[in-house]
Amino acid sequence: MRALCYHGVKDVRIGNVPDPKILNPHDAIVRVTATAICGSDLHLYDGYIPTMEEGDILGHEFMGEIVEVGKEVKNLSIGDRVVVPFDIGCGRCFFCEKQQWSLCDNTNPDAAKNAALNGFSGAGLFGYSHLYGGYAGGQAEYVRIPFANVNPIKIESNLRDDQVLFLSDIFPTGYMAAENCNIQGGDIVAVWGCGPVGQMAIRSAYLLGAEKVIAIDKVPERMRMAEEGGAMVISSEDDVLELLKELTGGRGPDSCIDAVGMEAHGSAYDVVKQKLKLETDRPYVLRQAMRACRKGGTLSIPGVYAGIIDKVPFGAAFAKGLTLKMGQTHTQKYMRPLLERIEKKEIDPSFVITHRMNLSDAPKAYEIFCEKKDNCIKVVLTP
Amino acid sequence: METRFTEPNTLDRPKQFDSKVTVPDNKGIKVVKSCTINRTCEELFQFWRRFANLPQFMKHLVSVTETSDTESHWVAQVGKKTTEWDAVIFNEHPNELIAWRTREGSDIAHAGTVRFKPAPGNRGTEVTISFEYEPPTGKAIAFLSKLFGKEPGQLVEKDLMRFKSVMETGEIPTTEGQPSCREE
Repeated sequence: MRALCYHGVKDVRIGNVPDPKILNPHDAIVRVTATAICGSDLHLYDGYIPTMEEGDILGHEFMGEIVEVGKEVKNLSIGDRVVVPFDIGCGRCFFCEKQQWSLCDNTNPDAAKNAALNGFSGAGLFGYSHLYGGYAGGQAEYVRIPFANVNPIKIESNLRDDQVLFLSDIFPTGYMAAENCNIQGGDIVAVWGCGPVGQMAIRSAYLLGAEKVIAIDKVPERMRMAEEGGAMVISSEDDVLELLKELTGGRGPDSCIDAVGMEAHGSAYDVVKQKLKLETDRPYVLRQAMRACRKGGTLSIPGVYAGIIDKVPFGAAFAKGLTLKMGQTHTQKYMRPLLERIEKKEIDPSFVITHRMNLSDAPKAYEIFCEKKDNCIKVVLTP
Repeated sequence: METRFTEPNTLDRPKQFDSKVTVPDNKGIKVVKSCTINRTCEELFQFWRRFANLPQFMKHLVSVTETSDTESHWVAQVGKKTTEWDAVIFNEHPNELIAWRTREGSDIAHAGTVRFKPAPGNRGTEVTISFEYEPPTGKAIAFLSKLFGKEPGQLVEKDLMRFKSVMETGEIPTTEGQPSCREE
């Protein structure tokens, strides 16, 4: 089959690889009908996530049709149309039973490697480095789905692929980021980053009752898309802290969402430190959000961080009694309620798509998405 | 955590206890690892007590054959090297503890204890493995160094995680055999 493989920093290529096989009784094989490139794939592409190996198949946002099931998968049949969450749960451990699927105890086969870095390992993820299990990803014609009895969601309505595909990651991720803000009546939510997750977070904050959402970015087409979602948009090149005060009656936003993560722009200090490997992540947005947030507010972090950061104004977070909420999304918890919102036409996540290309053109797609060329915000690939 | 394999020594030993066992107190190299498994003590004890189940999650075991109520024959393999030994259960408390050790003359003299204790708040069972082996001599040096690598604790920890996965999910998650663009 054809699959997009990692060969090194900014070097991804379509390769011919063997088709996946059932390896365990709860596995299923999906024939991919649509797959997308996530902003977090760019952290891999740019070489900032350790433990990638040459030849790894990338991709963690995908959906398709079941073509084979293992003997313990009783709830899926060949031909079923499914969306697959990017995080792999087992459904049986303490964390999965608490709906904290991305913290699953069992699905990272090389948990020791992750635990050596982080203390304990969370779930295995599709196509997201050997720290997260090294599972072959979804930018391919076929994918093996572990624990297919609990992970994929069946799509039985006649919604188009592009309307439900983002249940795999960015819609639940933006939604959980907003839910983590514990939005109360009258709340103003500030969202840093108007990439796909930021766009979903803006709309989710309104779905959850926010009074106003303020979005921060500097890319014109992304700022326009945020405005279309109802956000008031300010430029990250302006005095963000001052503007946020002005726009909130001097209080500061009730909640701040960092939908940028480890590769934020704006601080030469971090660019140099990251290049010299003295710092793994560039926490420019995190610092700004910590300062901007109102007293007693919530800082919600869907943007990916992978390692060590410095010069974080933790004193500000402490002094203001902030609540910090973060982590990989517990996608399985959100897929069904969010599918219902799509079915009720409360939201159509396909608004975020700017490019539709063939899987064979994925290397080109990574390049334009990474460089933000051609007004690219979100690419969907079809095999 | 410091636990010796003979503990708890206040408990009665079964009558079949064989005094000619290896690894005298305080002379072994010890590894202790714990994890919490979302199953009851009874379920975990029963699975473990059938020693023939152990190769399902102990990666380097080829087979364990029970030769009597308390005796068993073990076959292990690392790479192309195979080794065998006989072990005897010298302490057992249903749903709480199983302790075994190798008979005198085994190439790889060792002893192991597994304990099962209810975790607080219905969080399953805290499982602790203590494993102790005599500093190897002769042929056993090469086998054990290959088996354990530099850090014997890692092997025991990985076996324990595989035990957890088998008991919680019925399978051991893996990526061995999946496609990639590497020549493998």
